[in-house]
Amino acid sequence: MEHIAVLSPLLGALIAGLFGRQIGDGASKFVTCGLMTVAAIASVILFGSVCGANGEARPVIDLFTWIASGDLKVAWSLRFDELAAVMVLVVNLVSCAVHYYSIGYMSHDKAQSRFMAYLSLFTFAMLMLVTSNNLVQLFFGWEGVGLASYLLIGFWNHKDSANDAAMKAFVVNRVGDFGLALGIFATFALFGSLDFDMIFGAVEIMGGVTVQFLGMSVHAISLICGLLFIGAMGKSAQLGLHVWLPDAMEGPTPVSALIHAATMVTAGVFLVARMSPLYEMAPDVRVFITIVGALTALVAATIALTQFDIKRVIAYSTMSQLGYMFFALGVSAYSAAMFHLFTHAFFKALLFLGAGSVIHALSGEQDMRRMGGIWKLIPSTYMMMWIGNLALAGIPFFAGYYSKDLILEAAYASAAPWSAFAFWCGCVAALLTAFYSWRLLFMTFHGKPKSDEKVMAHVHESPMVMMLPLAGLAVGAVMAGWVGYDIFTGEYRDAFWGESLKVFAENDSVLAAHHVATWVKVLPIGLAAAGILLAYICYMRARHMPAVMAATFSLTHDLLQNKWYFDEIYQSLIVSPLKSLGRKLWKTGDVAVIDGMGPDALASAVVDASGHAGRMQTGYVYNYAFAMLIGVVVIVSMFVLGALS
Amino acid sequence: MTEFIAPAFSPAYPEIFLAIMAMILLMLGVSTDKEDYRSISRFSILSLIAVGMVVIRLYEGGVTTFGGMFVVDGFSSFMKVLVLFGAAVSIGMATRYARRERIMRFEYPVLILFSTLGMMLMISANDLMALYMGLELQSLPLYVLAAMQRDSVRSTEAGLKYFILGALSSGILLYGMSLLYGYTGTTQFAGLAAAFESFSHGGVPLGVMTGMVLLMCGMAFKISAVPFHMWTPDVYEGSPTSVTAFFAIVPKIAALALMARILTGPFGNMVLHWQQVIILLSVASMVLGAVAAIGQRNIKRMLAYSSIGHMGYALSGLCAANQTGVQAVLVYAAIYMVMSMGAFAFVLMMKRKDRMVEDIYDLSGLSKTQPMMALGMAVIMFSMAGIPPLAGFFGKLYIFQAVVNAQLYMLAVIGVLSSVVAAYYYLRVIKVMYFDAEDEALDAQEDRGLNLVMMLSSLSLVTFILVPAPLITAARLAAETLLR
Repeated sequence: MEHIAVLSPLLGALIAGLFGRQIGDGASKFVTCGLMTVAAIASVILFGSVCGANGEARPVIDLFTWIASGDLKVAWSLRFDELAAVMVLVVNLVSCAVHYYSIGYMSHDKAQSRFMAYLSLFTFAMLMLVTSNNLVQLFFGWEGVGLASYLLIGFWNHKDSANDAAMKAFVVNRVGDFGLALGIFATFALFGSLDFDMIFGAVEIMGGVTVQFLGMSVHAISLICGLLFIGAMGKSAQLGLHVWLPDAMEGPTPVSALIHAATMVTAGVFLVARMSPLYEMAPDVRVFITIVGALTALVAATIALTQFDIKRVIAYSTMSQLGYMFFALGVSAYSAAMFHLFTHAFFKALLFLGAGSVIHALSGEQDMRRMGGIWKLIPSTYMMMWIGNLALAGIPFFAGYYSKDLILEAAYASAAPWSAFAFWCGCVAALLTAFYSWRLLFMTFHGKPKSDEKVMAHVHESPMVMMLPLAGLAVGAVMAGWVGYDIFTGEYRDAFWGESLKVFAENDSVLAAHHVATWVKVLPIGLAAAGILLAYICYMRARHMPAVMAATFSLTHDLLQNKWYFDEIYQSLIVSPLKSLGRKLWKTGDVAVIDGMGPDALASAVVDASGHAGRMQTGYVYNYAFAMLIGVVVIVSMFVLGALS
Repeated sequence: MTEFIAPAFSPAYPEIFLAIMAMILLMLGVSTDKEDYRSISRFSILSLIAVGMVVIRLYEGGVTTFGGMFVVDGFSSFMKVLVLFGAAVSIGMATRYARRERIMRFEYPVLILFSTLGMMLMISANDLMALYMGLELQSLPLYVLAAMQRDSVRSTEAGLKYFILGALSSGILLYGMSLLYGYTGTTQFAGLAAAFESFSHGGVPLGVMTGMVLLMCGMAFKISAVPFHMWTPDVYEGSPTSVTAFFAIVPKIAALALMARILTGPFGNMVLHWQQVIILLSVASMVLGAVAAIGQRNIKRMLAYSSIGHMGYALSGLCAANQTGVQAVLVYAAIYMVMSMGAFAFVLMMKRKDRMVEDIYDLSGLSKTQPMMALGMAVIMFSMAGIPPLAGFFGKLYIFQAVVNAQLYMLAVIGVLSSVVAAYYYLRVIKVMYFDAEDEALDAQEDRGLNLVMMLSSLSLVTFILVPAPLITAARLAAETLLR
């Protein structure tokens, strides 16, 4: 069963990728979707059996040994503990929905089998990441999803912007991956092993170890945790390393839904949760995570207020929600973070696919300023977007309500430093979230149509193959919360998570969250309602308000509109200096010095020598005879001198 | 007065038979009214083949005769077979070309027979006198052959240059021999070896060393090692192409054989003394062969420098001065011969509008107009450049193995580096054939024989990797007999 869940996407990717041309687009789609369905069913069954196991650990399945070199032993293996089972379930369900959705969404594309192959490849890499039993296989999956993300962001490789975005994603992630790789090295140096069981088993013993670095004594486990978190920041687009995520929206919308909303970007959350026994030993790093997460949640939400590209709004929303998950991790509410990851996957994929449906209906238009007045034309999509928004804003009884409120409560209840800061950032972000979500809804569906007539005449509901996955995800967005609440974070949580998450009793903010004051529980709902109301006033009643606000607070507006100038700052502080340094090294270092004195000089020396050798060939016999005699004289005198000395 | 005892003739039967055949064919040619070139060349080929069979059949292990002046052993048989095969193929390749270029004189094949006879004597020489006789017998017909095209200025110039410089080299050689005789009192190889052995206990007289060096210089001229190579490009370019093919294929093998025999036989105890000279010649040849060819546009000149380079590699195998070294040289010589045959068969097929062309850039776009011809040449060029898995690669590999085993690391490094440089001009031919814009097409091939030679040559270069054993084994056996 485990093998089927993990390996069928690989099979699909291989068939569609290697033989897509031979078997044709139709067959590729059939094969990948079919295998993905099998994987999804298998993962549901697995999740069921993990739930029923009452926290008993499932044995790790070793596939085969990968590396065996001295102390370093790495195996390919499938670790299906509770944490992995949750991730596999999310990945396979969302991926399955996205696979089907892509049949419709990509139906006019020229390279459909390639697209399907990439999607399946991504799914496989993500599964390898989450089922890994050691840090090396995790790193393989980590890079694998990065590769698939790169390929899919740049899928429309005839567009320069898509290629630039793909490169940006790859390069920014490289910064994070550098931290991750260093973290893995440090782990091996400290523990002498990369297997999770070995690491977690030795964590108590290693708790007090410090290392000397630049004359400072650094707590070893904190160092590891910090480095790993840098990797997580890159992959999960946390503030500082987030600049690639909005640009990644250049990829086709199903990609945004699967990779840049539901699964890959949550890999960082998964990583921290997986390493929770270490992070529990590193309170300082958790404070850092809390601050970064809280700021990300807030900053991303502010940027989303002013964006006009429908997908970018949702992308910033994703980043903001990831911020929530991280500050939940920071206050040791690992189960709450995983719960939010679980619910978020459904409603964010739903929102993206719904946005895709809108874009599809409007012949590729993504700018919300040129949308509007289409809610009657595509009522089903409209309804899906409502469900997604309600879940995102945390309106009661939708999925986001359970998970997001729990995170806020946990932050409030936690005794960890800076948790109050996180709580208030989260509250403000909740208000903003509701506002920008309904801003999106009103601008997209209501008001007067702003597209030209040709586009409007063409507006149509998407085909069933796209709407059914939406419906499936909508069910998730409605139900995932109250179904999962008790299992993930409520009364069954200890039985469910078993050994896979580790929280010290004194840090257990999830437990404390159940006993907070009532106003803490109500406040987020009130804020969300206020946000919706505000959006209604600004975009349905007093339509001049946004313009007046933008003019009044023009500085703030510019700041938000330009995404806090992150790109510009990076450009002038990092990219430009590096580029000019690179150019100098290239022009003077490589071309002038290395090439000039190396290959080029040698080549021209050989050509010169060849010319000289040719000129020696005068054609005159006496020259030739002279050369022979000189040769004889030289050789003989060499000998004579050698014999004399 | 001592009684005359007739020497044993049987070891020399092949040479005697060849001499008789050559004279018969000469008489036939003179006496028939019509100059029947075609049948005489056919008879020549047949007699060469017959001699080859005799060489193989009559071989009975190491024998000397004519008072120790003549030796037959595994090494000589191996080399003779190579030489006879090369000569037969060169006569066959020349037939059509000779008719077109009006050098269809019956003397042509007969001269090749005489020269071949000289080479066989050289190979079997066991005495300085026999050596010199063989050497001159092989050289004199070559001078004539180079000037075969009497009404071409270039051809006669080539013949004259070759003759003058050849005479100079003979002078150097003879001077060296006389010095050796003066210090040792013998011309026999065995006697020389004994004499050198006695020197090795004391100091080696300066005169002996000088004689040895002069002897090596004279032989270096025959294999055109730098700095005694100056004649090669001019003679290769000036001579009729079929004659050039013969020059490139056969005499070098014989001279190499002679050199191997002398260096390991009489000079075998003086390795440390002659090794320096051979290394110098080898390095100079490899480097010049690689560098100078780059500037050439004429394919015959390019192949001339290429052969200089190849002889450099063969010499570096001799530097090792042991059995693996000689074996590597033998394998290299055989592979070199096959490659040269193919390459010159190709050059002989290069004509446009019924005129021979020799410029490399005349081959532009040949892969489009004559794909098979281009493919065959590409294989040969790759092999000459030493690209695996072709035979040329293995030839170089064995040489470098022997050199490295002898701990001559510097020599191996220079050899590898110069083979990198040399790869440039071999690959340029391929580049011109495959990637340059199509030029006016070369004439279609009517000469099946040449085509066959080239195709068999490239085929055997490709398939060598599958069945290397026969050549390797034969070379090992031959090398064993030389270095007992």
